[in-house]
Amino acid sequence: MNILLSIDVAAKKFILSVGQVTLLAIKGFVGIFLPPFNLKLVLREIDNFGAGSLLLVDLIALFTGMVMALQTIYGLSMYGAEMYVGSVVSLSLVRELGPVMASIMVGARVGSGIAAEIGSMQVTEQIDAMRALGASPIKKLVTPKILAAMITLPLLTVTADIIGIFGGMVIALFELEIDRTFYIDSVLTTVTISDLLSGIGKTVFFGALIAVIGCYFGLRTGGGTTGVGRSTTITVVTVSILILISDFFLTKLFLVIF
Amino acid sequence: MSNIIIEFKDVYKSFNGLLVHEGINLSIRKGEIMSLLGGSGSGKSVLLKELIGLMKPDKGDIMVFGKNVTQMKEDELIKLREHVGMLFQGAALFDSLTVFENIAYPLREHLQLTEKEIRERVAEKLRVVGLSGIEIKMPAELSGGMKKRVGLARAIATEPDIILYDEPTTGLDPMTAQRINELIVELQRKLGVTTIVVTHDLHCVKTVSNRIAMLHDGRIITVGTWEELVTSNIQEVKDFISSTICV
Ligand SMILES: Nc1ncnc2c1ncn2[C@@H]1O[C@H](COP(=O)(O)OP(=O)(O)O)[C@@H](O)[C@H]1O
Ligand SMILES: [Mg+2]
Repeated sequence: MNILLSIDVAAKKFILSVGQVTLLAIKGFVGIFLPPFNLKLVLREIDNFGAGSLLLVDLIALFTGMVMALQTIYGLSMYGAEMYVGSVVSLSLVRELGPVMASIMVGARVGSGIAAEIGSMQVTEQIDAMRALGASPIKKLVTPKILAAMITLPLLTVTADIIGIFGGMVIALFELEIDRTFYIDSVLTTVTISDLLSGIGKTVFFGALIAVIGCYFGLRTGGGTTGVGRSTTITVVTVSILILISDFFLTKLFLVIF
Repeated sequence: MSNIIIEFKDVYKSFNGLLVHEGINLSIRKGEIMSLLGGSGSGKSVLLKELIGLMKPDKGDIMVFGKNVTQMKEDELIKLREHVGMLFQGAALFDSLTVFENIAYPLREHLQLTEKEIRERVAEKLRVVGLSGIEIKMPAELSGGMKKRVGLARAIATEPDIILYDEPTTGLDPMTAQRINELIVELQRKLGVTTIVVTHDLHCVKTVSNRIAMLHDGRIITVGTWEELVTSNIQEVKDFISSTICV
């Protein structure tokens, strides 16, 4: 009986938070199209998200590409098809690994950063002050972050795709008797625009997701500085899970559309 | 009475089952300084936040300038907030912005001023709080007392008719506290600002306030002058006064 009751309470809480996140997402998103537009705030966030994550994302992409190439060569060599390593590596990177790896890395870094920033503003009453002084935290904080993440993450992903494919090439050149132009040709003939778009398209969604979740947990931070720590942790966990789950459904959707 | 400018009518508020306000009734007259006493966690900050619509009571009405705050939409609240300044408990300065941008913030949000007018207004308000020339400093570089005073400069930037002070002198040295108390009185005398001061500082209560209210167990248990307060027969009031005077 007690268990059922607590499940009931937990379920209600969960549904309530899903509702609140959705509402926040809608408000933040609508803010993109409502004046006054604050380009300066958006640019500052883009700089913060992008510049801060570029090295991290590309480093991960480089090693992912290299590992992918090693494993692919091992797998394909059973059929004597190892020279097609470029095709396999680039396709998986562009369609799947690049976007998801970049999103999870950026999700952890940027999502927790947003939650920490907004969370500490919340516990020091800066959010209240913002409203008391006539501004809207949605317009000043949430909207610019959503927009910036939706712009930055796809760009970061493009660089991750390129670096990852390059990493694969380095391994292919060392491990196999193929030359550079063959590798590049096999990449270019395999990867189509729609492969690229389906990968990048997902990251636009993931970007919004990261910003919304970070803002949500930031805004509902309570309980002083320890509360800020809790908010950042739960943001990272939630963002990672949601990216992987929504990736499945988005992939399915894109496969139907394209 | 027509000179009532703020009125709480039977206000209830709870957080996750914790009752904070259980029927608050309180009227504040135009131009007076009302001190609000109460133990920590008794809901004093919540009361101030309800007054400018940062929090919504579960039940009851709050009338400010004759309009019901609990019924206001966001754009009406924003208009109201232009006329009500608030000094937050921890000053709540935006730590990513300079002192100048902090004080200019409400001016940019509420008023259509030129950059030059904003600069002049910021300099003027800094002069009022005795901190001229610190425009380019960041909040992290300021002492606690300076932060409070910058917070005050920000609260009075739009020249509001009502100012709410949430523990303006808590944690400050006696000299700075004294200076802030003088500022509170000065603003009321010169500009006729209606003032609510949440405080534990009985010296401040005695010297600055016209009337004093005490919040206990979710209700206002007494309202009156300092003389009425110290001669009160209510046990909680006696306890509060004697315990605070001993410290
Ligand atoms: N945003 C909030 N969420 C949950 N509880 C809150 C919130 N704000 C205040 N409270 C609770 O309400 C009570 C009164 O708080 P407050 O008004 O800040 O007290 P004080 O009189 O010390 O200013 C406290 O018990 C506090 O925990
Ligand atoms: Mg308080």
